[in-house]
Amino acid sequence: MTIDHQPSTTQPHLTPAEGLAKVPPPTSIQTAPAMRIRGLNVWYGQAHALKDIDLDVPRNRITALIGPSGCGKSTLLRCFNRMNDLIAGARVRGEILFDGEDIVGPEIDSVSLRRRVGMVFQRPNPFPKSIYENVAWGAKINGYRGDLDELVEVSLRRAALWEEVKGKLRSSGLSLSGGQQQRLCIARTLAVQPEVILMDEPCSALDPIATRSVEDLMEELKADYTIVIVTHNMQQARRASDLTVCMMLDDQATLEGHRTGVVAEANATEILFTNPQDPRTEAYITGRIG
Amino acid sequence: MSGSASTNALYADKSWVRRMARPFFAVACLLATLSGVVVLAVLLGSVVMSALGRVDSRPWYDLAANLRSLVELMLRLVTNTPGESAAVSGFRVGVVSSLWLLALVALFAVPVGVGAAVFLEEYASPGRIKNFVQTNISNLAGVPSIVYGILGLTLFVRAFGFKPLALGYSIWSGALTLGLLVLPTIIIAAQEALRAVPPSLRQAALALGGNRWQTVRDHVIPAAAPGIMTGVILALSRAIGETAPVLMVTQATSLLDPPRGPNDQYVPLPLEIYNYAKFPGAEDQALAAGGILLLLLLLLSMNAVAIFLRNRYARLARA
Repeated sequence: MTIDHQPSTTQPHLTPAEGLAKVPPPTSIQTAPAMRIRGLNVWYGQAHALKDIDLDVPRNRITALIGPSGCGKSTLLRCFNRMNDLIAGARVRGEILFDGEDIVGPEIDSVSLRRRVGMVFQRPNPFPKSIYENVAWGAKINGYRGDLDELVEVSLRRAALWEEVKGKLRSSGLSLSGGQQQRLCIARTLAVQPEVILMDEPCSALDPIATRSVEDLMEELKADYTIVIVTHNMQQARRASDLTVCMMLDDQATLEGHRTGVVAEANATEILFTNPQDPRTEAYITGRIG
Repeated sequence: MSGSASTNALYADKSWVRRMARPFFAVACLLATLSGVVVLAVLLGSVVMSALGRVDSRPWYDLAANLRSLVELMLRLVTNTPGESAAVSGFRVGVVSSLWLLALVALFAVPVGVGAAVFLEEYASPGRIKNFVQTNISNLAGVPSIVYGILGLTLFVRAFGFKPLALGYSIWSGALTLGLLVLPTIIIAAQEALRAVPPSLRQAALALGGNRWQTVRDHVIPAAAPGIMTGVILALSRAIGETAPVLMVTQATSLLDPPRGPNDQYVPLPLEIYNYAKFPGAEDQALAAGGILLLLLLLLSMNAVAIFLRNRYARLARA
């Protein structure tokens, strides 16, 4: 994989570490990128939230975004399905190629993009409706013409929830436990048949057993989906991901009193945790900064 | 506990004051609560007494007989129209007029009010224009009702003197006037209900590829429905009880026959009550009291419907 496109927004004051971040990840995780991000910048009003992000998200792999609080992990994730559109004053510049199509511009239909790029949130947020309705709604509004019952069953099976709920599809999604609710949210996302699944700290509200079940599920799903997960939990990134992206606050901006996120290092998870190329990554994963 | 505190010289011994103050606050709050209930009870009692005073002078503790004559009185009031004397008159015209008004006000004000609230909460981007509209709506909610009466007279009854559009002194005019009157209340109540819907619900729906309309229709409005419903019914109750604005947009002070359709003239219940209350005779006073009972019955049953619907929807939303 070569980087054939270096956008003009790349600044000359690139630190060596940022240069390293652009080294393509090793072959073990190489697949055609599902998302190719070049020169991405995000502002919330006057605040520069993300600066000059270059990243390839490999297809059918799990990519973990780690880094200290406020470094823009969730902001980056929300660029992938245009959820930043919902935040007043958010501006996104740069390029994100998804299936060869730039999804940053205003001419992109964010509604149809979000069907192809699903999202699971930090807190389980099932609809206050029946389990069946939770899974079927997305398919229904997207004009699904197949057998809904079958789709609901398949989606719940894929989310490893079917055995637990098959007898009570009509009861409320809110009656489930936290871990079950989060798997219901995953099932609901699977039901609209996306290509990419974004997960924004999906386990931060779950206990260790439920966390484990979600991680196992991710491992199974990656055969068919590209998964990007934001996590605060370095162990989770290490256990569950193929590629890890360590994000950091930009030193220059921090000196000026702003919080601007940059990619410190993107590397195969094995390498990033055992032999980090960037001193900031090393400091973060060893717990010296966080 | 207080012992250990009082042995420490750094703490003043306030245990006596504290013991006294504790129940005092609770009692004060209880009295505040009771004042509303007591006023309502006194009101109901005195109205019932004066309504029954007309029938005969039975002592108040003959509850069974009093109840029977109360029911008879109410039945007569609902079925009879104004007759030769107060003793045989009833409020049929008022009840039918008010029910017509109620239906038409709901038809007009609910979709418009909820629509405006949905636009302001779900679509309008924050900014000066939204603030301007919002401030205006809040101000409209505080405009005295008689002003709406004058507005209704010019706008609906006379259409600024443009005959073909003028609705005259018909139920339409009354309903549109009352609709305008309660519109701000409905908008504000619906806005609050929509604002209480957690953003995570909208995000979940949008992240599945729902557009804004689908999200609002299937998730936001159902989640806000109990709150919207409560606001709507309270607003409708207010519309039914209003007297001042309809005074401006009805012509008749008394009608012999109830209106048969929305183009007919009408005399709403509060206005009929007001007409009888103006007369000094004991019979008229008793009739007015009976009318008040009827109006209260109407309003209380509307509130009952509101509570029923709210609980039902809240249960549906949970299940």
